[in-house]
Amino acid sequence: MSHELETASRPETLRRVAIDPVSRVEGHGKVTILLDENNKIHQVRLHIVEFRGFERFIQGRPYWEVPVMVQRLCGICPVSHHLAASKALDVMLGIRQITPTAEKVRRLMHYGQMLQSHALHFFHLSSPDLLFGFDSEVALRNIVGVAAAHPEIARKGVLLRKFGQEVIHMTAGKRVHGTGAVPGGVNKSLAAADRAALLKDVYQMVAWSREAVQISKQLHTATPALYDVFGNFRSNFMSIVAPDGGMDFYHGALRARDADGRLLFDQVNYQGYNDLIEEEVRPWSYMKFPFLRSLGKEDGWYRVGPLARVQNCDQISSPLADGERKEFVAYGKGQPIHATLAYHWARMIEMLYAAETIKELLHDDDIEGSDLMVTGTRQPGEEAEGVGVIEAPRGTLFHHYRVGEDDLVTMANLIVSTTHNNQAMNTAVREVAKKYLTGREITEGLLNHIEIAIRAFDPCLSCATHALGRMPLEVAIVGADGTLIDEVTRDHRGLTRALA
Amino acid sequence: MSRMNEQQVFLIDGRDVPFAPGQTVMQAALDAGVYIPHLCFHPQFKPHGSCKLCTVKVNGRPATSCTLPVAAGMEIESETAELKDKRRMLLQMLFVEGNHFCPSCEKSGNCKLQALAYDLGMMSPHYDHFFPDRPVDATHPEILLDFNRCILCELCVRASGEVDRKNVFALSGRGITKHLIVNSESGRLGDTDMSTTDMAMSVCPVGVILKKRVGFAVPVGQRKYDTIPISEQFGDAPNAVLEQTR
Repeated sequence: MSHELETASRPETLRRVAIDPVSRVEGHGKVTILLDENNKIHQVRLHIVEFRGFERFIQGRPYWEVPVMVQRLCGICPVSHHLAASKALDVMLGIRQITPTAEKVRRLMHYGQMLQSHALHFFHLSSPDLLFGFDSEVALRNIVGVAAAHPEIARKGVLLRKFGQEVIHMTAGKRVHGTGAVPGGVNKSLAAADRAALLKDVYQMVAWSREAVQISKQLHTATPALYDVFGNFRSNFMSIVAPDGGMDFYHGALRARDADGRLLFDQVNYQGYNDLIEEEVRPWSYMKFPFLRSLGKEDGWYRVGPLARVQNCDQISSPLADGERKEFVAYGKGQPIHATLAYHWARMIEMLYAAETIKELLHDDDIEGSDLMVTGTRQPGEEAEGVGVIEAPRGTLFHHYRVGEDDLVTMANLIVSTTHNNQAMNTAVREVAKKYLTGREITEGLLNHIEIAIRAFDPCLSCATHALGRMPLEVAIVGADGTLIDEVTRDHRGLTRALA
Repeated sequence: MSRMNEQQVFLIDGRDVPFAPGQTVMQAALDAGVYIPHLCFHPQFKPHGSCKLCTVKVNGRPATSCTLPVAAGMEIESETAELKDKRRMLLQMLFVEGNHFCPSCEKSGNCKLQALAYDLGMMSPHYDHFFPDRPVDATHPEILLDFNRCILCELCVRASGEVDRKNVFALSGRGITKHLIVNSESGRLGDTDMSTTDMAMSVCPVGVILKKRVGFAVPVGQRKYDTIPISEQFGDAPNAVLEQTR
């Protein structure tokens, strides 16, 4: 099933329609659709056209530079990379437990980021589709259009995001690309004045987050024929959960469920992620395709992010969000919800959880503490290594490093959230293309349906394309008459050139 | 020429600046609280005159203020648009000659090169980057050398030779191939007797000589040039990075 519509048998006979770039997502990607003369769909692919090389150029750099450098993968959720790297290096340094202040400041930074990123995605990027309709007037289908038609909703979205950014600023030193987390802890705690300023606004943020959950929920209850069906396909789910099975964005162990909600594995220490997950490379995309080794390539792909997390956990520690989670689960009538657009609903439940957790952390005096860093005993041997995992806004994020005795990084491997969702996003666009585009004249509104399916995942395509050196490539030079003039292919071992 | 309590004076940008016999323009200016941009100058060492950032005009002719002895009645231009342009250009050339990636550099906020670029309003590197290949030297257990950021000021060479009496560093090569080397048979810092208490540890204006495992221990906002521009800070106190090592 996973490869249906991935590769057409005779592409040269088909008409090509491209959505390039996919709009209102983070980073650059494109979708190509190949159709025959009857507008029957034969191939749909989400291509990631950006190219990064962080795993390679972090090699040879001192490990303490890593949390600050790798976060430059992206400007949307750099805090996730900053913290995942710091957590991996804690392990590398043999640190079992950072101080309560350090952990709470890191959590606060992270939950601030979850809040801002989810608000950005829902209000700025997706609400135009959801409020105006999928094929509404394209000139209005943006945040400016939302601000004109629904000024209150737009204002709350902007202010929610601003609050999240303020939390990051006060904990990391900067709104974007801060330096707050360091291997072994943090370099600052929350200043009393900053704490007071955040406390003043946090109750409003909780209230607005509740309203956002209602908006996203009503989309399903009011139009189930669209929202429950659009881009619906079955998959496995994966996330980290707390030791008690609760939702946790900062730390936990791995849990996965199959499409019927049955546990595939639970409370697996992520230091051994390599035994669980393998990544497949396909020649037409810069983004890899991860899958669970135990289930294999065909059946082992899975979804991560809000839809996975809300259904993977047993409970949410904050009361309002947990109430919403229960309603969400009940909506599935005993089965996991697989609808692509339910990502929005789950995402808003998470935003509420983030807001409530920020409130709780702000009431904890440890957040102003002065015990910021601990040291550990580095693992013995020539190389020490560590894996750090965090639930980033878009899903589970893995950072894995090896560090030589001279303190320089010798190996880095990152598996980022959007990469986990690669197969799922491709499946979603194929499902939508089959259902809405087949046999019809292609219009902008119809193509927007494809983008809406991608947008639901909140993909961040910039940090998802970090592979370097191992990516096979195919380059074809085609003459104006359609004949193949030259073709160059490169496999993971090097370059082979073949004249067609 | 005016006289104040028989103190001899010269003029910088139309302002009377007193001086003592034997002082250079730079020394007298800094003593009087007049900042002239500089990178290779350090009050403890014999002036070098190589970075050219401190170039001023003396009675209409350019000269490096760190090497120029003051004479009574000199009329110095420093903060002119023309000289600022020249200084900005020199900074841009220094930036593109090395690999200065401020976003992930632990010296960011404590770096004189960066601070001067901010102070002189350098908005872009302007020139094509050289992207030289300069591997780091991490062989010393406590000290990291990141040659990517070297601007050849020779302050470490001078500190290690004249104060530490260890001669750990030297410059090698000529012209564009000139580069900082370590004076050991292997060429590696781990095979020298350099220690973290050496003066050579504290004089690097950029991020070449670093105490290991310190990194970003000092948060944004508390670094030397985060809030006060370099032109309003005088003297050459040890860098904040060193003061706050764990």
